[in-house]
Amino acid sequence: MSRFRPPAWFVLLLPAIIILAAVVLVPLILSFYSSFTPYKLTRPETLYKWIGTFNYEKAMKSAHFWAAFGRTVLLLTIALNLEMLMGLGLALLVNKVTYGQRALRTIMMFPMMFSPVLVGFQFKFIFNDNVGLVNNALQSLGLTDRAIPWLVDGQLAFIAILTAEMWSATSVFAILILAGLFAVPRDPIEAAKVDGCTPWQSFRHITLPYVMPFIYIALAIRSLDVARAYDIVQIMTNGGPARRTELLWTLIGRTGYVDAKMGYANAMGYISIFLAIIFTVYFFRKLNAARSELGMAG
Amino acid sequence: MAQVHLRNVVKKYGAVQVVHGIDLEIQDNEFVVLVGPSGCGKSTTLRMIAGLEAISEGEVSIGDRVVNDLPPRHRNISMVFQNYALYPHMTVRENLGFSLKIAKRPQAEIDKAVDEAAQILSLADYMDRKPGALSGGQRQRVAMGRAIVRHPEVFLFDEPLSNLDAKLRTQMRTEIKKLHQKVKSTIVYVTHDQVEAMTLADRIVIMRDGHIEQVGTPLDVFETPANTFVATFIGSPPMNLLPGTVSGDRLALTDGPVVPLPPQFAGNVAEGQEIILGLRADNLMPVGHTMPMEGAYAEFDMTVNLSEPLGTETLLFGSLAGREVQAKMLSPRPVKDGERLRFQLDLTRCHLFDAKTQQSLR
Repeated sequence: MSRFRPPAWFVLLLPAIIILAAVVLVPLILSFYSSFTPYKLTRPETLYKWIGTFNYEKAMKSAHFWAAFGRTVLLLTIALNLEMLMGLGLALLVNKVTYGQRALRTIMMFPMMFSPVLVGFQFKFIFNDNVGLVNNALQSLGLTDRAIPWLVDGQLAFIAILTAEMWSATSVFAILILAGLFAVPRDPIEAAKVDGCTPWQSFRHITLPYVMPFIYIALAIRSLDVARAYDIVQIMTNGGPARRTELLWTLIGRTGYVDAKMGYANAMGYISIFLAIIFTVYFFRKLNAARSELGMAG
Repeated sequence: MAQVHLRNVVKKYGAVQVVHGIDLEIQDNEFVVLVGPSGCGKSTTLRMIAGLEAISEGEVSIGDRVVNDLPPRHRNISMVFQNYALYPHMTVRENLGFSLKIAKRPQAEIDKAVDEAAQILSLADYMDRKPGALSGGQRQRVAMGRAIVRHPEVFLFDEPLSNLDAKLRTQMRTEIKKLHQKVKSTIVYVTHDQVEAMTLADRIVIMRDGHIEQVGTPLDVFETPANTFVATFIGSPPMNLLPGTVSGDRLALTDGPVVPLPPQFAGNVAEGQEIILGLRADNLMPVGHTMPMEGAYAEFDMTVNLSEPLGTETLLFGSLAGREVQAKMLSPRPVKDGERLRFQLDLTRCHLFDAKTQQSLR
């Protein structure tokens, strides 16, 4: 009686293979496959119709898609830079604090404790043109007597979303950079002082190179976060009005679930993932370069 | 080049005072070593000269300028740190040239100064490496090179050799001494190692608990220690201290032999005065294994508990007057533990301290 006996390594790896297949591989292949079909959630049989790269061509030609793409990149660029600068400033200030620094560090993390959906609601209220805090304050101070349409005007809405995004995530930068500042040894800073550096010069030439790897880690994490931004925008403006604040994932989400065009949504999703991968690779390259600068690379 | 003057310099951290009014005049081109056990305030004093610690009271001047309120960059000093404090993200060349680059000197001048320093410290082969790829001794040399490219008025060294192994330390010690001969300049050097202090210094400043105990040339502090602290701190093995009482022209060591009063102290003691007799191992040797003793000497028997052969000499550990005493044996022969030997004590080279004040009776 001869029975097939799989090799031991295969048997041992089998649990991992099954879990990976169920959780990652099957959805990945299925979604990738469906991006080549006109799959609509309301008409399941469309999943079996092959239409080649039609969805991709459609996305590439779609003005809406590229507008959302461009807006996402713009938000990513502005938000990351501002958050980085503010986080760096905040970390430098907190690093100087000698009394109550622990408490401050904890307080600094508060924004990270809120769900983005709640942040969205909060800022939707703050920027509401009738009852919102911002307009109320501006009017009470006599700076304006009209209701500024924060969430209606395309550019103002972008600023409002940016503000919400920065409020919730600047502390990510601040915490990571603060960790970096703690790791800066005291000796080279003192040596720089003796070598004739002004405080700015010792920051620029000594502290910053030490902190750079931490900044790149924060940038890599946050670039993925912003590239998949959905909840805050969905709550505050729902991508509207009239697509004025549409980002990639609000567009994809609407296409897939509201319009039920899952095949087309998947195609746009795959294009967007490339965006995220490119940013991540870029920041990790920078991170490794910064680490080898300091002789830390393994 | 410049003198450094400290006038009644005090350092306080809140209510805790760690340096208690130090006065010190360091001459132009002088090599001064601050030495003392950890926590004696020597590093703090150096850091006040550097401007890395605020001066709580008193006045520090470099050249003819009072520098109390000047930041380090305006004091025209260089400092070598215990942990080298190199800039890890710069090559050796960039490390050396950093201060000149910051001062916006022309590139040609920077290159010249850097090459010159590299030449003096034989660093030329490592110029494009980063500190991470250097050994401890090489890092130490880079740190010194970084200090000399600036041609500062004063060099400050903060325990620069304590992270090196023993052999390298001896080697670097010689290099620092040579460096001082080559680049004439004022040097303030902090160490806890009395051998380093003795070998390097023009003048030694011995500190304890934020006070200066004695200032003098290496031979001064060795030959005429001002008190028992300096006596035991300087010299290796440490000076033996034996309590006793003056009785006529003799000293009765407590629970021990009676020896003649060393002649050089004859007029300085009173009958019945409680004293401490200080004698170095070099002046206490077994009969037949001594240096020729010209002046007054005493002889007594002592049991040897332990011996440490060092080759040219052997260290003997005995007990006298209930205290452990170290002696030396020249042209040594094997000594058994527990052997009783007759020792000769060179009285002309003994020290007497007052038992109460611990100060020298010289």
